[in-house]
Order: sequence, then structure tokens, then C-alpha cells
Amino acid sequence: MTTTTTKSAVAKAAKAPAFDSAAIRSDFPLLQTQSHGKPLVYLDNAATSQKPQAVIAATTRYYTNYNANIHRGVYKLSVDATAAYEAAREKVARFINAPSAREIVFVRGATEAVNLVAATWGMENIHSGDEIILSEMEHHSNIVPWQLLAQRTGAIIKVISISQRGELSLDHYAQLLSDRTRLVAVTHVSNALGTINPIERIVAMAKARGIPVLVDGAQSVPHLAVDVQKMGCDFFVFSGHKLYAPTGIGVLWAKAALLEKMPPYQGGGDMISTVSFAGSTWNDIPHKFEAGTPHISGAIGLGVAIDYLGGIGMDAIAEYEHDLLLYATKQLKRISGLHIIGTAPEKAAVISFVMENIHPHDIGTIVDGEGVAIRTGHHCCQPLMDHYNIAATARASLAFYNNREDVDRLLAAVEKVKEVFS
Amino acid sequence: MSDLRDLYQQTILDHTRKPRNKHEMPDATSTADGHNRLCGDNIKLFLKLNAGIIEDISFTGNGCAISTASASMMTEALKGKTLAEAQPLFELFHTMLTSPMDQEPDLEALNKLAVFSGVREFPVRVKCATLPWHTLQAAIKNQDAPVSTE
Repeated sequence: MTTTTTKSAVAKAAKAPAFDSAAIRSDFPLLQTQSHGKPLVYLDNAATSQKPQAVIAATTRYYTNYNANIHRGVYKLSVDATAAYEAAREKVARFINAPSAREIVFVRGATEAVNLVAATWGMENIHSGDEIILSEMEHHSNIVPWQLLAQRTGAIIKVISISQRGELSLDHYAQLLSDRTRLVAVTHVSNALGTINPIERIVAMAKARGIPVLVDGAQSVPHLAVDVQKMGCDFFVFSGHKLYAPTGIGVLWAKAALLEKMPPYQGGGDMISTVSFAGSTWNDIPHKFEAGTPHISGAIGLGVAIDYLGGIGMDAIAEYEHDLLLYATKQLKRISGLHIIGTAPEKAAVISFVMENIHPHDIGTIVDGEGVAIRTGHHCCQPLMDHYNIAATARASLAFYNNREDVDRLLAAVEKVKEVFS
Repeated sequence: MSDLRDLYQQTILDHTRKPRNKHEMPDATSTADGHNRLCGDNIKLFLKLNAGIIEDISFTGNGCAISTASASMMTEALKGKTLAEAQPLFELFHTMLTSPMDQEPDLEALNKLAVFSGVREFPVRVKCATLPWHTLQAAIKNQDAPVSTE
């Protein structure tokens, strides 16, 4: 008991330093730049995040000092590269509280992770007439791989509806769960609405019937502390580039028992144990799923990004971003003719909005002229746009390096939009 | 970025607010659908052709300011013209928006449509301005398949 108390006290003390937004901001070189002659305000973090200097330096260090292929060289460079790559895997495992680094598969991104599960586990376990439950707020990357699987297998896709506020209907979900349900694949946080789904409850409802669950964590890991064991899901996927790490690296976490049974995704070097023309045998997990030379510098960069976030603390980040979300929401609501799409009580710092008689793309171009980068379009969520009967929204998505001044710059830019169209 | 006023000129904003010829045409001889995936713009173009003359032209749909104004001004420019006259206008318009910045487009021949010359400084918006014209090409060819600017 005493040990536990001491440990948590130490942990608390480590996270205690006040959130130093200015210092954090100075860690990101791109945030020091200008756009159209004005200091850049970057508010498209749900699309991709900027990279701290530590991540950029780690990538450079790999290419400068120990660039070598991994898992095969007996020379020092290769040993060093392998150690760094595998250390990154350990960091990822701790970051999402996976029981073992063996359960961390490096992929290109969340999209590839979903495709991997659909093409391997899906092809083995989902058959004609079986049902896959998705939700109306899924990103295309958690829709299309399942449609491809359904086309191949004759499976049926069921879709959980959402409320006008942008919350999943758990009643509808309960109705959809059936004896034919073989998988539930839902997002933890909506990229277009910001809704934080009650993921533990969603998982529990499926697990009560023995149904596996895949959680798309692309939008949650950068903003909330994630614990896959507490969540209780079977598969969890996310992208590195939204987590302040390089593009082209991402993670599939799955329970070891599932990974062991799943057939390989791609064939090639490193994923095999032995190869002969009579037949080949597969390497142990997770290597079975990592054919070919992986994105070594990306994985190392991801590990460093996780270290960087650990220095701040995900709970502190979530708290800071929530405060910023409330401020931005309050301020944007004051603008007449502006409507926020996605008003769930539990939200990550994503604000989608539309303006009366002004197309989102015109909003995007005009605020860009003010040095403010936001996303406009359907956010790879066309079914969700159909739900709201709109073609597109403008979206500001915040990160912990944003501040109230950024929000104020957005507001001034939106006022400029109104001025142009007045 | 050049000044936003080059993009959102008063003439363009006027056509955005009050689009001309924006209605369905039950007796159209040809129609086509156009779609810009980037903006989510949709346009349906209606043509009434008679012996190679554009007797009437209209459009419906939802789009950004640039695509709406472009559709509106295109219909005004083409009503009463022959197809033989419309084609070079399309080519001039397209050239104006896609030619390198150091080349002077032929603004005189484009007449009122020259207000869109500022769009070429906003490369991601060029497709907005050309969507109605690409849709027109499809309507002339009587293609039923929707066109896309992608």
C-alpha cells in the first residue's frame, strides 16, 4: 500500500508542472513560421499534427548516425538500429498500456491497420450473412475496408445511427447486436465532430455477446490517455502522424491470441521463419505482420513523440485542450450565422462549423489568407455529411500547442469571411 | 497569396448572391451532372440546343462562391451563342486559369469572364471555376455519366 501511494505521488509530482503553452509551442519549428506574411495559426491537427524538434532530430539522427536495416545485420549499426526500432515498440506498448510489445504491429497508419485486420482476421472469421457493425460517424478508412471484405465474403454491414448532437445511439446499437454480429468496428473519437464515444460501454455491450471489437484510435491517442486493457477491445489502431510523429508509421494493437491465429498480411522478408519452394513458415508475432523493411526512422520518431508527450502528460494535455475547446466554442457561438456541427457533451477539441450562405471552401480560402490553416470539406466522412444533409463543413481542430490567441485569430479571420460576403 | 479581392471580386460576389439562370429546364435537350469532390460542389447543367445554337442554358446545384458565380456567368455568356462560338470561349477560359503566371491570358476576348483571372493565383480553386465549363462539355457531348474535376 505504501509503495503504491508513493508511486502515484511521484507520478503526480512528475505531471505537476503548470502547463507551459509558450514553452511547448517553441518546441515546434513549423509553428514559428509565417503563412501569407502572418504568423501561422495551425488548426488542422485532426488531419495531421506538427512535429516537435525532438522528433525531427531523432529522425535525422537515425539517418546521420546509425542508418542500417534491422533484424538481419551482425554489425553494430544494424544492432543499434534494431535496438532503437524495438525500443519504440516497447514505448508504444506502454503508451497504450498493451500487455506486451509482441502485440504492437508497426504499419503505415490507421488505414493500413484496419485493412490488415479486414484482410487477415476478417477473411478467416467473417462469412456470408455475417454482420459487421460500424457507425455513421466513421472515417472512410473504417468503412471501405469492411465494404471490401463484405463484397468478398457476402457479409452485411450494419450502421449505428447518431443523434443530431453527434452522439452514437446506444439503443440502436443494442438493437443491431445479433447472433450474426461477428465484429464491431467503431471510432473512439470522431474526426469530423469531435465526439468522444463511450467506448468502454460500447465494447462491454459487444463482449457480453462474445463479439470482438476494433477501435479506431486515430483521433483519440493524440488527445486522451488510452488504456487498451481497460477499454477491453480486441483491436486498436492509430496513426503516428496525428501523434506528433512522422507520416507513414502507425500501429495495430491486437491481443496476442488473435495475432497468433491470424494469417500473414503481406509476404516478404522479415515476416518468415523459413522459406523453401515446398512451403514457408512464419516468423513470430509481431514480425509475422511486418514484411519487408519497415519505416525504421518513423518508428523511432514515434517513440520519441511518445516520450515527448510523456514529459507533459496525456491527462494534462486533455485538460488543457478541453479548456481551449470550451473557449473556442463559446467565442465561435457568438458569431451570427455560424452553426457548430457536433455538439456532444463529451468532445475532443474539434469544432466543425458551417456559415449561412457561405460555402466552407470559401471560408477556408479566406481564413488561409489571414494565416489560419483550417480544414474544409467532407473530412473523409461522406456518410456523416449526408446525415446532416450538408456537403462539407469548415473544421478547426486544436492541439496542446494551440492557445487562446490562435482561437482569437480564427475568430478575426471568420469575421473577415463575413465581411467579404457582406 | 495575392489579395483576396482578386478572387472575390464584386462581380463574382454579385453572381454568387444572385445567380442568373439558376433553375431547372423541363424542355432541355441535353443535361449533365458535374461534381467537385474537393469542395463538395454539385452542378446540374441544362441545355436547349437548336441547330447548333444554345437557345437556352441553366443550372441547379450547390457550390462555393467561385463555382456558383462561374456557372451563372457562363450561362449569361453563352445564351444565344452557337456551339462553334462556345468552344473557343471554353478554351480561352481554361487557358486563363491554367496558364503560368508569367503569361498574359487573352482577357479581352473573354469579356466579362475575365473577372475570374484572379482564380489562377489560387490553384486549389481553379477546379471550382472550371467545373461548370467541364459540365457544359459533358452536356454538349450528351454524356449521361457525371463528370468530375478530379
